[in-house]
Formats: sequence, C-alpha cells, structure tokens
Amino acid sequence: MASLLFCGPKLAACGLVLSIWGVIMLAMLGIFFTTHSAVLIEDVPFTEKDMEDGPTALQNIYKLYNQVGYNCFIAAAIYVGIGFLSFCQVRLNKRKEYLVH
Amino acid sequence: MSSLFRSEEMCLVQLFFQTESAHNCISELGHLGLVQFKDLNPGVAAFQRRFVKEVKKCEEMERILRYLEKEMVKSNIVIAATKEKEMVPCARDVLELESTFEKLEQELREINRNHAALRQNLIELMDIDSLFIAGVIKQERFPAFEKVLWRLFHGNFVLRHTEMQATEELQARGAVKKDVFIIFVQGDHVREKIRKVCEGFRASLYSCPKTLYERKQMSNSVMTQMEDLRMILRRTEEYRAGVLTRAAEHVQEWGSKVKKMKAIYYTLNLCNIDITQKLIVAEIWCPVSDLTLVQSALIKGSEQSGSSVTPVLNRIQTQQTPPTFNRTNTFTEGFQAIIDAYGVGTYLEINPAPYTIVTFPFLFAVMFGDCGHGLVMTLFAVWVISQAESLRKWKNELTDVVIGGRYIILLMGMFSIYTGLIYNDCFSKSFNIFGSSWCVRPMFHPHGPWQYVFNFFFLINVHTAPHISVWNIASNKLSFLNSFKMKMSVILGVSHMLFGVALSLVNFVHFRKFQDIFLQFVPQLIFMLSLFGYLIFLILYKWCITLRSETAPSILLLFINMMLFDYQSEHVLLYRGQVWIHIFLVLTAVLMVPVLLLVKPFLIYRTRMKTRHQVGEQNHFICFLLQVSMGDIFVYQAIHTIEFCLGCISNTTSYLRLWALSLAHAELSEVLWRMVLQVGLKISSGMGSLMLVVLFAAFAVLTVTVLLIMEGLSAFLHALRLHWVEFQNKFYEGSGYKFTPLSFDSLLKTQQ
Repeated sequence: MASLLFCGPKLAACGLVLSIWGVIMLAMLGIFFTTHSAVLIEDVPFTEKDMEDGPTALQNIYKLYNQVGYNCFIAAAIYVGIGFLSFCQVRLNKRKEYLVH
Repeated sequence: MSSLFRSEEMCLVQLFFQTESAHNCISELGHLGLVQFKDLNPGVAAFQRRFVKEVKKCEEMERILRYLEKEMVKSNIVIAATKEKEMVPCARDVLELESTFEKLEQELREINRNHAALRQNLIELMDIDSLFIAGVIKQERFPAFEKVLWRLFHGNFVLRHTEMQATEELQARGAVKKDVFIIFVQGDHVREKIRKVCEGFRASLYSCPKTLYERKQMSNSVMTQMEDLRMILRRTEEYRAGVLTRAAEHVQEWGSKVKKMKAIYYTLNLCNIDITQKLIVAEIWCPVSDLTLVQSALIKGSEQSGSSVTPVLNRIQTQQTPPTFNRTNTFTEGFQAIIDAYGVGTYLEINPAPYTIVTFPFLFAVMFGDCGHGLVMTLFAVWVISQAESLRKWKNELTDVVIGGRYIILLMGMFSIYTGLIYNDCFSKSFNIFGSSWCVRPMFHPHGPWQYVFNFFFLINVHTAPHISVWNIASNKLSFLNSFKMKMSVILGVSHMLFGVALSLVNFVHFRKFQDIFLQFVPQLIFMLSLFGYLIFLILYKWCITLRSETAPSILLLFINMMLFDYQSEHVLLYRGQVWIHIFLVLTAVLMVPVLLLVKPFLIYRTRMKTRHQVGEQNHFICFLLQVSMGDIFVYQAIHTIEFCLGCISNTTSYLRLWALSLAHAELSEVLWRMVLQVGLKISSGMGSLMLVVLFAAFAVLTVTVLLIMEGLSAFLHALRLHWVEFQNKFYEGSGYKFTPLSFDSLLKTQQ
C-alpha cells in the first residue's frame, strides 16, 4: 500500500486548525444568513430588479439570503472533510515519528 | 512585607565561613536563589583571580560534554532527562569526574578513527570484488583517459568499460561514481606505459589473474575478507553505541553538575580569602525578610561538609544603594519584565507593575477592539499556556519571547473581546443583541424640531451595547465613530496621567519628602485638573445634555477660545456662567506655573543662606565648593516645569493614537471582509461554495498574518510606549539596578 502521507506534521496541523475555524465560522455565517440578519445585507447579491417588484420584493431578498446561507453550509461541510483528512495526516505523522525511534 | 506594590527592602550581610564548607554552603545558597554576591575584588582581572584554574577545568569538561552530546545526536541515541536534584560534588569528586570525561573522550575518538580506517578498507575491497576487471577510474575522467590511450596506442587496443554498480552501501558512504574498464593490449612492455597513464588519471589498477581458476580464488578470498571487515565494522558500531548509551544516562546530570561547579568557583572568585587561608569572607545582598532562610541554608551547608563551625552572618549598614528586587510569580513576571525593559525601578520606589497588569491589556484592547480577533488571540494564548513546557524545548528565540509573554497575550485577548463587544465589531460585522433605540418616525415629519432622542438613549446604552448594529452599514458611520473614539481616547489619557500624578504622591509620602508634596504634587494636580480635567467635564457634559445638532458648539473650539480669552457674543455656550468659570480656571492654571518654577529653588536658597551664616566665614569657601550651584538648581527646576506643562498637552494629544489605531484596525478588517470573503458570498450559484472554501482559507491566513500579528504587534508597541513615556514620566524614576541572585534554577533554565 503506497504511503498515504503527503504532508508534513506542520502542514497537517495548520490544515486541522484552519478546518476547525472554517467549520465553526461558516456554519455560524450560514445560520445568520438563513435567519435573514439585517447586518449582512451587503453580502447578499441583490440587484435593482429585485427591489422593484412590489409584493414579491421581500420574498426575492429572502430567497437570495437562503441561497447564500446554503452555500455557506456546503462550504462548512467541505471543511469538515478537509478537517478529517488533516486529522488523519496528523495521526499518520505521529505514527511515523514513533516508529523511527 | 513582600508584595508587588513596592520593591523589597534589602540588607548587606557579611558572611564568614570555613574554606572546607565553602562548596556546600555556596551550593545551598545557590539552590535557595535569594542572595546576590558582591564583588569584593573589583580591581582584579579575570585571569588573576584565585580560582581561575578550576574555572578553566570546568570549561574543559563542558567542552567534552558538548562533544559527547554531538556524537549522541549523530547516532540517534536518546538523552535521558534528569529527574531529581543532585548534590554538588566537592573537590575530589571534581577530579573523578574530570578523569571519567577524559577517558570517555579518548575512547570515543579512538573508536571513530578505527571506524574510518575500516570503512576505507572495505571500500577498497569492494572495488576489487565487483570488478574482476583491470581498473577503476572516476567516471568523469574516463573520456579523457580513452583519448589518451588512443593517441598512445594508435587504436591497437581493446577497451571495454561499464559503469560500476553503485550498491546502497557505497552510496551511503559517499563514494564517487566510478567506471570500471578492462584493457586488452599486445605486448608486455606497454604495461608500464599503461600504468603510468593510469597513475596520471589516478585510476586504481588491479592485477588480473590469467586463468579462470585463479580468478575464482581471488574472488573468494576477497569475499571472505569483506565479510570479516563487515563484521568488525558492525561490532565497532555496537561497541560505540554501547559506550554512548551508558554515557547518555548520565550526561544531563553531569552537565548540570559542571554548570553548578563553575558557578560556585565563579562566586568564590568574588570573595576574599583570609590571610590564614582558612576563612572566606563574602558580602551579599539579600532581602530582609529572607534572612532566616539564608541562615538555615548556611547551617545546612556547613553540616553537610562536616565542619564544626557554623557560618557567621553579620548585617552591616551601608550607604550604597541596594539592588531592586520585585518578588514575582509566573503570572506577574511577564509584566514586570516589560516594565524593567525601560528602566529598573529605583530602590524602594513604587512599582508600576500591578497597575500595568490591568491598564496595559486595556489600552491594547482599545486599539485592537474586535471580538473575533480577540477570541482567536485568547485561544492561541490558552494553547501556549498549556503547552509551555514542551514548547520551551524548541529553544528558538522567537518562541521564548512568546512563551514569556503568554499571560500578557491571554489578558490582551480577553480585554479585546470586551472592547470588541463595546465597539460592536466582530470580524468587521456587528451584533444586534439589545435592539435599536433609534426612532425612525421623527425623521419623516417635514416640520418641527427633530429631537436628538438618540443622545439620551445613548447614555443608557453605554453600559449595555453602545453601538447599535445598524450603524455598521450607515454611510456616515465614520464621522460618528471618529468623534466618539477621539473623545474616549482623551478621557482615557487624562485619567491615566492623573493616576500617574497620584502615584507620585505615594512616593513622596514614603520617602518623607513632605515639602515636595506642596511644591510639586499639588501645583501639578491643580494645573492638570483645571485645564484637562475641565476638558473631560466638557466632553461628558456635552454627551449628557440634549442639543440641537446644527447649533451644538464644538468642544475643540470652546477649549481654544478659553485659552485665548476669546469671548464674543455670537459664540454658543453650553451653560450659563461659562465665561467666568473659564477665566477662573485659566488664571489658576497660569498661576501654578511660577509656583512650580520658583518656589522650590527660592526655599533652597534661603536655607543655604541660613546655614552659611551659622557656619561662619572660614568654612564658607569649602561649603561653596561642596554644594551644587544655584544656577544648576534653577535650570533643573525650569526644565522640570516646562517638561510637565508642555508635556501635559503633548501627552494628551499622544493618547489620540488610541483612536488612530482602532480606526486603522477596523478599516483593515472591513476591507479584508469586503475584498476577500464577500466575493465568495456574492456568488449565488453552486460554484459559490467551492469559491467560498478557497476564499475562506485566504481570509483566515490574511487575518492571522496582517490583522493579528502585524496589528497586534503594532498595538502592543503603542500601548507599551504610552505606559513607558506618558504614564511613567509623571512619577517613575527608574534608575536602579536589578537584583541578580545566584540561582541554580535560572542558570540551568537559561543555558538549556
């Protein structure tokens, strides 16, 4: 079985820390977007056209909010995967270090 | 009384002990770590001191130990860590250790030499073995070799060559790439020519036996020789590993023993040996509260050495200034270190460290103020604190600095979370915790005054959530934030400086300079309060009352007009009677300046005149020479007064850096969000999530490097400067020298 180790101990540790931060922060962003927080209005890609329609304007904006929120959740899920990968690399590195000695 | 409030009271003690018990006594004192030896032979050069030979012996032993450690690291042998505190050896143990070290070193060098020789033999044998052909030459020289042979024999020869099989063993030993060749040529007399050519190209020739049988025999003999050599090499390596492993168990213990012995001899060099060679006299500085501990350590030391006479402690009075000793623990030593970096406090002066523990992280946090960044910083500090011992092994200068300041970073992070909540800023986004108190309805009345309702509710919200979340996306956010942060910086600055002036009062009371309280502390306080204390009052007053925003007076203009006595009728005033109060305050402040400048020198002059009349004319000349001249005193007082008065204004303005850095941090944070993360958020299609993953990684890396490390260092430096200059020049003298006790713990820690 070819060696599954492709990065050193420091890179794996950085990847793990980054993934944990990414999961927490993107999940929270996703929650804030899906609850239509007003502060994040500038991050939602709405156009003038969405604002024009009288009765459905609010619903359009909410739909966009939800889309961005789901994007955030998917990104958080990807980071869970990257985190798991980094964790495996960290464990493999520790084992390799232990074997040499 | 030991506390961080003030440095400890020290005393000078004379020690008398016997020469035999010297080692044990000094080692006990070293373990205690509470005494500093004074140099009793300051004029003597290093090579003339009494124990210089012993110090050299210790250094030689340290060299041998370093060589041993290097050999161990090369052979991947683990060095065992020492467990318990060992006793320091006396003089005869020193000789024993020395001989052990020398023997070890010789053995190791011999082993290495043999090893190298055996390896060389093996390589030569391998050359013969893998070839059966006539010669070996370095690969790069082969084309030239062939050309020469062509010229020589005009093509009457057959030359075959191949690259030598590079075995793993050879590669490991660093052999050069070689080619093997065999030449068939007619005639015997040409053998000489070939030999000469091969010598010129430094190729090794091997005799080629003529028959197959002889060839086989030669091959077998070579094989057996090689086997023998390999076995000998293996045995040598095993023996070497055994020697090193046995030494590895003790090497750390030996190392610390040698270091302690060297420190003891160095200390003995500082002492005086009595004429009878039986008594050693030493002078030490030690804290008064620890005298009993020192006594008991000395008794223990003399008991260990078996001497019958206990050492004698004799406290002596002295005019010399003792060193400054601040008793710290792991938490406070970081803060004490940053204070001492600017100047060690004068003996028995008040110590700014306990206040710095709170004000330094707070001023840092005012400039850094972001919840998210503060949280990352706090988590990092918690990790460093939990891993402090294992991180110390990296022995990198940068990590040592971070480990030394780990509690400072922790406090900085926690305070930043607090100020982040006040500024309502988390990775440049804000929270909506308490709802908005902004009333939109009055804005839609076309007529009628718009009550600035916001101002009133602001005061209530100051303790809950001063910044309403919707401010974050307002387009005039900065003009409000700037005004708020500037005024807050001035308030913080003036309070900090007033606190510094108050601390000078404590110093005056302790040193019994009651005259200075009335001549320096009171005028300084009145000057500051009447001008800058009133400024703070104006700021707070304007925040509390309701005003129409078009007609509200600017505080800066009010202040300038107050100083210039410029009162015209169309200027708007904040309250009735303001003009008279302003005139009164400015006149008071101006009156304080001559008090600061003239009263103290005048009093000194008067006391001198009185003593001169009393002493009489004969000693007049001598007295005149001994005293500092009046001119110097006047100049000194003038410098001090100008420094204080002008310094008040410049230092208050200097505190505006609190506003400037927090603005820079907030703007950088917002730009990072908008330019990096928002690009990914604005893509609403499916690819948005992948872009978000990549852009978030970039956002995280940039946050850590630019916002945390760069801005963090910058805010740290500015907060430190505010403490060192603006706060401490109100009361701190900082002209002492640090107490450096003989302590084996710190010796072993720093040299590891």
